[in-house]
Amino acid sequence: MFGEVTLSLLQGFWGTLKLFILTLVFSLPLGLLISFGSMSHVKLIRFPIRFIIWVIRGTPLMLQLLVIYFGPGIILHSNIWGSGDTGRFVAALTAFVINYACYFSEIFRGGIQSVPVGQYEAGAVLGMTKTQVFFRVILLQVVKRIVPPISNEVITLVKDTSLARIIAVYEIIWKGQSFIKSAGIIWPLFYTGVFYLLFSGLLTLMFGWIERKLGFFEIK
Amino acid sequence: MSILEVRNIRKSFEHTEVLKDISFSMEQGQAVSIIGSSGSGKTTLLRCLNFLETPDEGIIRVNGETLFDSAAAESRSDASIRKKRLHFGLVFQSFNLFPQYTALENVMLAPNLLSKESGTADRDAIRTRALELLDQMGLSDRTDRYPHQLSGGQQQRVAIARALALHPDILCFDEPTSALDPELTGEVLRVIRSLAEQKTTMIIVTHEMSFARDVSDFAIFMDGGIILEQGPSTELFDNPKMERTKQFLSALQS
Ligand SMILES: Nc1ncnc2c1ncn2[C@@H]1O[C@H](COP(=O)(O)OP(=O)(O)O)[C@@H](O)[C@H]1O
Ligand SMILES: [Mg+2]
Repeated sequence: MFGEVTLSLLQGFWGTLKLFILTLVFSLPLGLLISFGSMSHVKLIRFPIRFIIWVIRGTPLMLQLLVIYFGPGIILHSNIWGSGDTGRFVAALTAFVINYACYFSEIFRGGIQSVPVGQYEAGAVLGMTKTQVFFRVILLQVVKRIVPPISNEVITLVKDTSLARIIAVYEIIWKGQSFIKSAGIIWPLFYTGVFYLLFSGLLTLMFGWIERKLGFFEIK
Repeated sequence: MSILEVRNIRKSFEHTEVLKDISFSMEQGQAVSIIGSSGSGKTTLLRCLNFLETPDEGIIRVNGETLFDSAAAESRSDASIRKKRLHFGLVFQSFNLFPQYTALENVMLAPNLLSKESGTADRDAIRTRALELLDQMGLSDRTDRYPHQLSGGQQQRVAIARALALHPDILCFDEPTSALDPELTGEVLRVIRSLAEQKTTMIIVTHEMSFARDVSDFAIFMDGGIILEQGPSTELFDNPKMERTKQFLSALQS
């Protein structure tokens, strides 16, 4: 039984992992783009983007999942997600990417804006180009500042992936729960917790390592 | 020919005119001090010279070459400004060292980038020169320290070495000791004094009056965005002509 459950949960965890990795792959760069938009000097760009960030961060991810999955079908009378598992997965991924991109964008913005203007000016008076100042002076300071909050978000994402089951995306809890019905046992559900703990533990170690690597300098 | 000629510089922020018709000139090897109460426009003037601000009006000439002329509709491309600002060096009140680089790396970064661009990459020469400068600043045993491992006075001396590494024609100091604890100002003033003795061309904005009097050949008193009085520094400090200058100097002495 244990082997069978483990195998089944591993399958479910693969769904969790796919959602987790793909969300990061798309939301991190999108978040950087959004952060530039939210810092734009052009009001016509800055205001709408800040509005969207406010809406996304101010409403539950669960609600966004439902709206993104069911919304198009009801409003446009066509299910743009297609039917079947893939459609539901893509819908869930879309909701996760939008949500996490907005959270990441605020972290990026905070990190970029926290670098004192004196750093840019010191680079400029030394004859460095804007690109050189950004890559040689600013970037690493931004990275150092954003690693802790990014690490928090990423570990939250591990757990948030379970929300996808609301639109029937197969992930690990779905699998664990199925044993209640099929075999009348609850321990597989607890077992899923072990997967989450191990995975988030691994990520914590990894981010801790990065933070230590960046510990050689300090910023005010 | 004067090494620096500043003519009729004006600069406004929104609706306040911060620099109102600033003109002065200085000679190679001179140290010029700029004094004046806070808000009188000293920082803004240095920032205009270093192209961190663009004057609304006026002319800036270095060695006869016009670097800025508000009347000439020249291109103000990043590239041209970059080249021009290399005539000046600027030491900030708050040091602004790059925290992720050691003292030595802070000094070498910009020269290395510039030499790489011009294709004359001579990293060894740059390194040797940086070590010499840090030695001159009394920091030969601190070259591998990161800024957070250095005292304020040491950080400011690294910043001075960093500015000197690019061989600026004119080195500007904006209140270099104002952010320092009193016991650390001495070491920074000492290296500026030794630079003056080596005839480094410098503009020093400072509130250290006796230091300014001793070190500078020429002094400028700014008040409310204008140069109220300027002259040889012993004259300006010992026999100020304007009532306002006298007030300012005696207020600081008491
Ligand atoms: N970027 C700016 N925007 C608006 N006002 C400024 C700016 N920079 C300086 N000022 C104003 O200009 C005046 C002169 O400032 P500053 O040049 O820093 O004087 P100082 O260095 O002599 O103390 C001050 O009143 C200051 O508030
Ligand atoms: Mg000032």
